[in-house]
Parts: sequence; structure tokens; C-alpha cells
Amino acid sequence: MGVNNNVLGLIFASLHDSTVVELTKQRTMGSVMFGGRYRLIDFPLSNMVNSGITEVGVITKSNYGSLLDHLGTGREWDLARKKGGLHLLPPFSQKTADGVYRGRLEALNNVWSYVGHSKCEYVVLSDCDYVCNINFEDVIKQHIESGADITAVYGKYFYTEDSGACVDVLEMDAEGRIQSVLIDPQMAGECTIALDMYVMRKDFLAKLVKESAARNEYSFIRDCLQARCKEFNFMGYEFEGYFSRIDSVRSYYAANMALLEANNRNALFKPGSPIYTKIGDNGPVKYGLESKASNSLIADGCIIEGTVENSILFRGVKVEKGSTVKNCILMQGTTIGAGCSLTSVITDKNVEIQDGRVLTGSESYPLYIGKNAKI
Amino acid sequence: MNAKKKVIAMLLAGGQGSRLYALTQNVAKPAVPYGGKYRIIDFALSNCTNSGIDTVGVLTQYQPLVLNEYIGNGQPWDLDRMYGGVHVLSPFETKEGADWFQGTANAIYQNMRFIERYDPEYVIVLGGDHIYKMDYSKLVEFHEKNESDGTIAVINVPMEEASRFGIMTVDAENRVVRFTEKPKEPESTLASMGIYCFTWKKLKKYLIENENANTGSKDFGKDIIPAMLANNERLFAYTFDGYWKDVGTLDSLWEANMDLLSPSVPLDLYDPEWKVYARHNNMPPQYIGETAKIENSMITEGSSISGEVDFSVIFSGVTIEEGAVVNYSILMPGTVVKSGARVEYAIVGENCVVESGATIGCTPESVENRDDWGIAVVGHNVTISENKAVLPKEIISEDV
Repeated sequence: MGVNNNVLGLIFASLHDSTVVELTKQRTMGSVMFGGRYRLIDFPLSNMVNSGITEVGVITKSNYGSLLDHLGTGREWDLARKKGGLHLLPPFSQKTADGVYRGRLEALNNVWSYVGHSKCEYVVLSDCDYVCNINFEDVIKQHIESGADITAVYGKYFYTEDSGACVDVLEMDAEGRIQSVLIDPQMAGECTIALDMYVMRKDFLAKLVKESAARNEYSFIRDCLQARCKEFNFMGYEFEGYFSRIDSVRSYYAANMALLEANNRNALFKPGSPIYTKIGDNGPVKYGLESKASNSLIADGCIIEGTVENSILFRGVKVEKGSTVKNCILMQGTTIGAGCSLTSVITDKNVEIQDGRVLTGSESYPLYIGKNAKI
Repeated sequence: MNAKKKVIAMLLAGGQGSRLYALTQNVAKPAVPYGGKYRIIDFALSNCTNSGIDTVGVLTQYQPLVLNEYIGNGQPWDLDRMYGGVHVLSPFETKEGADWFQGTANAIYQNMRFIERYDPEYVIVLGGDHIYKMDYSKLVEFHEKNESDGTIAVINVPMEEASRFGIMTVDAENRVVRFTEKPKEPESTLASMGIYCFTWKKLKKYLIENENANTGSKDFGKDIIPAMLANNERLFAYTFDGYWKDVGTLDSLWEANMDLLSPSVPLDLYDPEWKVYARHNNMPPQYIGETAKIENSMITEGSSISGEVDFSVIFSGVTIEEGAVVNYSILMPGTVVKSGARVEYAIVGENCVVESGATIGCTPESVENRDDWGIAVVGHNVTISENKAVLPKEIISEDV
């Protein structure tokens, strides 16, 4: 058994739902659409698969219909397997019958029959609110070599007053050992934040989960990482690559737009570690007689007859003649009629904008149009 | 589990496609890329799955590696079935010795045991080198309704082209009266599409007879259909009126790609009810740069375009740098066209590099003698060095 077949991946698909309420109204955080053809869960899931992890449990809470549809048997991530593979852990498979949990530890306690049953020695935990291309093999290697109880992945982040909620700042000593954890601190400037990815031995996690359940504690960050960092050896692992954090509609918009920069795009979509997603079997993009496209990311199945600038178009978007789309994110199946003008707009799935409509948001406050809306 | 399948399909994919020259040097014709993200065989395989046929034998012979790998377990076409599904059938050795497939009929004959395992009522025989969307279930329905022994799908071609095809003459009930291969003076414009539906019991008899007769050609058009006609078997012509294109030559391959850009050509790749499936390779969406100028073109995921593209079909993972020009051309997966290069009226194979200042092909207007003009072709994995020119009509398969 190779080292990575010895690792169980656990993804929390429903944490942070409340940070982008508009986008998660009908779906989990994990199934929020990103980057033209992906959903946020594609990133942690692909990272795990590219790191050789072949057993992954996905913990959900509510609104998981779209997630279920997206993941299917896990085949697109090469996780449709006899041994291990993908397991969706919906609320009704969980101990508290309503599946409502207050934090990671409680969620893990709910699904412990699945986790405990796995023969893996190590676990990698990940949420869906950071988009990055990370190799967990390196994190696991450092974890084993350092003898840490928990290794937390962190990154350098420029904290401003506008930063959304739930930032966890890690403070480490020269050896990288976590000395303190600040939850949502009032501060500004560069700091080292937890990227919501953790590696530890499964038996250590079992101990944490059982102890916290006994004490009616549920928060992994507050009740474990913060409260017990002196008691145990918690280490940081610096991820130096490109990442973006989704904690508000505004940062969601910015993280998408950041992909128009070649450096960011190349850091996220690396040939050796591709990001996998559900296949849509769409045709190539068709550009019409008077089409004009520039500085945009366009997914297959789009038909462009108008002008598209600085925008992200998901699969199967149609932009008719005489329409201009600028600084927009148009999700799957959006249709823009003739002679429309859209600036700084986010349309959710299957939005229909009829001929001649003019919609304008601003880059700091993009206009969001909900799923299936007709304007 | 029910071991019987009512209809199974046999797809003849062994063709070398010698008239595609550099493009089929190492791959069989059905594996040649087409339409931005497909390979030619995707159309026949997608037709099968969209028609509800879940058992397909793919007969390969020439350079099968790419094709075998591409088809894999058939999952992209939903043909990874518990029972049935897609199977690649290569020539094999028996006690009596080993034989290559000698003709289309012989290829099916050698795989009779595969067919018999499913005990089908009908067998559909298909070619793997045509671009078309066809509901084979309608062909089977027509076959059943006419109590036919063999049904040949036909398409109306212009009279002046009819002598290039196998031509069917039919009576008022669409029953085939005569069949002539490439007639000098065609008496009908109904051309065989190389798509047949046979009642298996009948076909089996004729395959065995043909094999024993040892005619040499062992071909459906040359032997089986004439023999069935001679015995007055019930053969019917089923007229297909959609888009159908043979892509057996470089010119027709180029045209068939250009057809996708024409609004008047009825081949819809965006119909959610009849998707054309293909194997995918996990690439991000295409990036269109600030300096890009794109019109009348098809471009596929993973590409990065900063140059000028007009009337072209660009496959996945292609890079066209700023200052490069691509007109009326087909660029297959992974090809890079560098700044200052010009590609016009050309087909460029997979993973080629067109260096700065190089030119491939030219417009028909820019040559004095029209006879010197034609599509320029570059095979797979070829580098065209700086300032080198590939002339119209030229076919290049090694670095220049």
C-alpha cells in the first residue's frame, strides 16, 4: 500500500454556506460555480485525487441536490472504485437525525461510522472556500517528518477591513509550531491565515472528536486548534502557491475575475495536476459573423454573436447580436438576447435576459441575478 | 440477465484512410480529429447510443493503438454496459491460422461469434468515416415495417456526382431493383451511405456463402448486396435527408469542418436531445486575449487565443499568439501558432509548432494559376521553422 492509499480525504461541502448567501440559496458551498466550468468542490477533490488519495468522503448538510448531481459516482475524478472511492455523506446518514451540526467536530462525530470504518492511517480535511492547486503529498510528508499532531495549511494573506467573516489567523514560532489562533481578529495588513485544510492521524482525530463530543464542544478551530495548541504539537505548512478566498459575493466576483490574469490561471490550471469536473458534452464555442471577444474565459457550448469583454462565461451561454457583456460572470445556460448591455453582472444558472435590456452593477458591488430569472 | 439483444451494431473502423496522407500516418481514419473536439468515429458511436443501441463491435485493423485507447471502455458514449457495450474487435488467430480482415463482409464474417453471443434479430453495419447524425431506430423500424431482409440507407446526391457512389434503383415501394457501383451513366441519384440493416439470419447465410465462394473482394457493396438481389431477397432503400459527409479526402475533411461554420448546414452540435459525445481531457475554459480578433469560428477548451482567427476550427489546447493570423483553417489539438506566423486554407495536425514568420497555405486569390492552389496540410507533431513556407497543396509530415 503506497503512502497515499493510506490517506482518507474528508471534504466539508456545506461549511461557509452563509458567507455567499445569494449563491448558496439553492446549493451547497461546494456546488457554487467557479471559473467557467467548475464548482468549488472540484478544487479540493481534484487536489486530493492528484495527490494520490483514492478514498474521499464528502460531508453535506442541506441543499445537496446539486452536489449529488454534480458528483454522481465520482467517475470524473477517478473515484468510482471498488475499494475506497467517493462517498457522499448526507445528513440522514448522520447520528443526529436531522443532520444539523454546528461545526466540523460535530459533523465528524455524526459520520464517524464511515470515517472509523476506513483503514486509512491519515486524514486530510478540507473545506470548499479556498480555490487553489495544492499537492497534499508534500503536506503529508512534512506532517510525518515533523511529528506534528495536526498540520494546518496556511497562506500569506493581505487582511483588510473589507475581508469577509471567518478568517482564522495562525501565529507560529520560528519552527512553524502554532502558538496561537485568532478567530476573526480586528486587524489589517499581511498575516498568515488558515486555508481550511488539515492533516492528522486518524486515531488523533478520533480522540479529538470523542473528547469534544463528551464536552459538548463542536468547533474544530475554537475548541481544538485554538484551545489546545499548547497541549499538542500543531504545525503550520505554508502553501506558497496561488489561492483565492471566497467569503462574500464580492470576493467571489474578484476570485473569478483574477483568472483573466495569465499567472493566476497558469497557477490554478497546471497540466500535471488538472482540475477535474463533470463533463457536459457541449460543442466547441461558436463565434459568429460580428462577434468580438477579448480578455475573457469562455467555456464550451457557448454561442457568441455579440461583444464579450473581461468576462467569465460558463458552459452553454448565448450572447446574441448587438449585445455587449462587460466585466460579467454568466453562469451555465444564461441567454442574452439581442441589443442588451450588461456591465458587472453575475447571472446564476439559466437566466434569460430578453432583447434590449440594460443592466449595470459595479465592480465593488456586482449585480446578482438569481437562478432561472427572466428579465 | 437477458442474453438477447434485438439490434447490435458492427462498426467498420479498419480503414487506413490513405487519401488523408499525413493525417493517417499513425492513426486509423476513424480516429482523425474533426469539428473542434471530436474524432470522426464519435458521430457513429453517438448515433448508436442516441438510437438506443448499446452493443457495438468496432472492427479495427490499421494502426489501432490510438483508436483502442480512445474508445477505452466506451464510457464517454455511455457504452460501458454490464452486458453488451462497445468492444474493439481486432483480427485474431484461430486453429486454421490467422487472417487480416480481407473486405467489409469478411470482417463481419470473422466476427460472427461475437454477433451470435447476443442472438440479435437485426445487425446494423456502419462505416466509421462519415459525419452525420442519424437515428438508427428509424432505420430498424423501416426495415421491420417492410419485412425487409436488408435495408440500405441512401441519400439523394446531385446527378453529376452520382457516378462516384454506389447507386440504388428502387420501385414505388422503395424496394431495390438494381444496385450499381460507381455507374458511368447513373439511372438514379440514390447513393448508398454504407449503412445497412440486415436481418441477421439472412446476412449470416450470405456471409458464409460469400466466404465459401472465395470471390476475392468479400465486400458488402461488391458481393453481398448483388448476391441478395440476384436471389430476389427483399432489399429496401431507406432515404436519409440530413447532413452526411464522407471525410475520406483532405479536401472533404476541410470542407466538412468548414460546413460547421455555415449557418445553412444542418449539422447541429448544440442539440441537447442529440449530443455528440467525445472523450474529454480536463482542460480549463478557453482564454481569449485582449488582442484577439475572432469571427466565424469554432474554438475548443484549453485554447489560448491572442491572434486573428477567421473561418477556422480550432481544437483543444491550441495557442495562437498575438500577431499570428489563422484563416479558413483547421488546427488540431495542442498546436501552437507563434507571433507573425500565417496559416491560411490549411489543415495542421496535432501538437505542431508553427514558428514566427512561417506561412502555411495561402488564399486562392493569391495564386496566379488556380491549378497550383489547394489546401496545405501539415501532419501530426511537425515543427515549421521560422520563416519557412508550406505551399498550397503541399503535404508535410516531417519538420521543415
